[in-house]
Amino acid sequence: MEELMQQVTPNLYLYRDKFYKSCLATVEMFWKAGLIAGVIGLMLGILLVITKKDGIAPKPAVYQTTNLIINVFRSVPFIILLIFLIPLTRAVVGTAINVKGAILPLVFGTVPFYSRQVEVALSGVDPGKVEAARSMGSGTAGLIFRVYLREAVPDLIRVTTVTAISLIGLTTMAGAVGAGGIGSFAINYGQNQNHPDIVNVCVIVLLIVTFVLQSLGNGLSRRTTNRGLLPRRHSAKEKGGQV
Amino acid sequence: MIEIRELNKTFHLENSDVEAVRDLSLTIDDGVIYGVIGSSGAGKSTLVRCLNLLEIPDSGTIRIDGVGEIELRNGKPWLNGKRMTAREQNNMRRGIGMIFQHFNLLDRCTVFENVAYPLQHTGRSRKQIEKRVCELLTLVGLEDKTNVYPSQLSGGQKQRVAIARALAAEPRILLSDEATSALDPEATEAILSLLQAVNRQLGVTIVLITHEMAVIKSIADRVAVMENGRVVEEGTVYDIFADPQKEITRKFVSTSSLLGKLDKLLEENAELIRVKPGEMLVRLMFRKDCVGEHLLTTAARKYGFDLNIILANSEYLHGSPIGGMVGIISGEQDHIEEGLEFLRQNHVSAEVIRDGRTDAAGHAESVPVS
Repeated sequence: MEELMQQVTPNLYLYRDKFYKSCLATVEMFWKAGLIAGVIGLMLGILLVITKKDGIAPKPAVYQTTNLIINVFRSVPFIILLIFLIPLTRAVVGTAINVKGAILPLVFGTVPFYSRQVEVALSGVDPGKVEAARSMGSGTAGLIFRVYLREAVPDLIRVTTVTAISLIGLTTMAGAVGAGGIGSFAINYGQNQNHPDIVNVCVIVLLIVTFVLQSLGNGLSRRTTNRGLLPRRHSAKEKGGQV
Repeated sequence: MIEIRELNKTFHLENSDVEAVRDLSLTIDDGVIYGVIGSSGAGKSTLVRCLNLLEIPDSGTIRIDGVGEIELRNGKPWLNGKRMTAREQNNMRRGIGMIFQHFNLLDRCTVFENVAYPLQHTGRSRKQIEKRVCELLTLVGLEDKTNVYPSQLSGGQKQRVAIARALAAEPRILLSDEATSALDPEATEAILSLLQAVNRQLGVTIVLITHEMAVIKSIADRVAVMENGRVVEEGTVYDIFADPQKEITRKFVSTSSLLGKLDKLLEENAELIRVKPGEMLVRLMFRKDCVGEHLLTTAARKYGFDLNIILANSEYLHGSPIGGMVGIISGEQDHIEEGLEFLRQNHVSAEVIRDGRTDAAGHAESVPVS
């Protein structure tokens, strides 16, 4: 394996430790930023759906404010957002470089996109189901957790997949503020030092990750359409008597 | 008992206001199947949604036994003189079941989980829930579908699950919003008998919204006819069928009777109903107080007229017969007159639709005599 690597991609072999480190940096940025952005984005998406005009708890002021903030951050290109957020990042986490300094801008870059996607996914839940749940006495919390989030699972998986893939794209850009990762490795050791094999391998790695994520998302989404993820069985053994 | 007094609900749309329910008062007795019929947009769906506060009415009062008096003040519901909290509204809805045209089951939940939905988070134990769900699924005849998902069920089965779910929390009232409108005739009939069984066996009051007179005819005890947000006519199903007063009611009645074809025939001026000079096209309606006697043949013999029957319909509504026919009557003028008079004296309603004496070609407009 090592020999093969040495022969086909000699430059990558030379910098293999750096390459592994970069991969790990990307993974770290991905899951940390992804987790935080996922939670915040999901909450904002829910907030948008329930506070809009025909939502279950209409609050026009809350909706419009949230909507505006999301639109503002969505319209700023990520590379500019990165630079723009440097002072804030420094104030919050103490540094604006390395993986640590990249998490905050990555979260800011992902949350608006994800919350918008979550909003769309939740809006796809049939209002009839929501009405039926209301008629059975469910309050706002019950409607969110037992109807909206539950019924929208296949769509939520779909939009989460799309967001995750776009987040990988963003992590490569975070290299611009010295966060490391595959992106900056490809630029610094591949492009700038004229090592095409390094660039090629980076592309292939990203391609595989994207492909795997997409397949996983599609599969899970299909598995959860019109059914629960795990089989649930309730015994019907007990004979029902007269009601 | 459900007592609705002067209920109003207006929807404010971007360009216009829609008065869905206007000054509506209605009393629904315990244990009945109460039908509400109207065309789409008549406000019947809004009315039924006001009963469980899915829509908050603008003004009026709703008194429901076991709940109390809900009064609308400035568009906010007050229960027994106190401002109703969101929690109180949710609790009230638990006591009123509802089923829908499109079933509205949760697709990612099994039949069991759907039926268990209203029972969960109410302090019941797993065992209690399991027992209750089994009872309900047996009641609706789906005990073998416990772990099946709604996408694997037919429309009629889905509605059965919805009925089981609506009954889970043991409501005294069941609201049915066009529950059979998306079903084929066979499933419709099965669901209607199930609703009737629920009403008879469990004593659940059912408020049934529909635009199909056949549905009202088959299971409702009383019916209210709605038009433009108002109840224009109300009574027992038999009375409404036998003697509809308003134009809209007549239209609905004629949709479920063979005699309804008459309007079409008149419109086309069909050969079948053209009257020769001296003949009359008449509609005779027989109610429970005159069916069972051979009035028609007696009259024909006694007054010597002939009757060519074009349309006839007779049926049983809640055990009482009701019949009607359209025919062309011919014979000597005086005899026809006397014959019709004889029938009217015997409680047959006789209406002359075309009178060959006034228009030889038979193009005469309807000339109501009675």
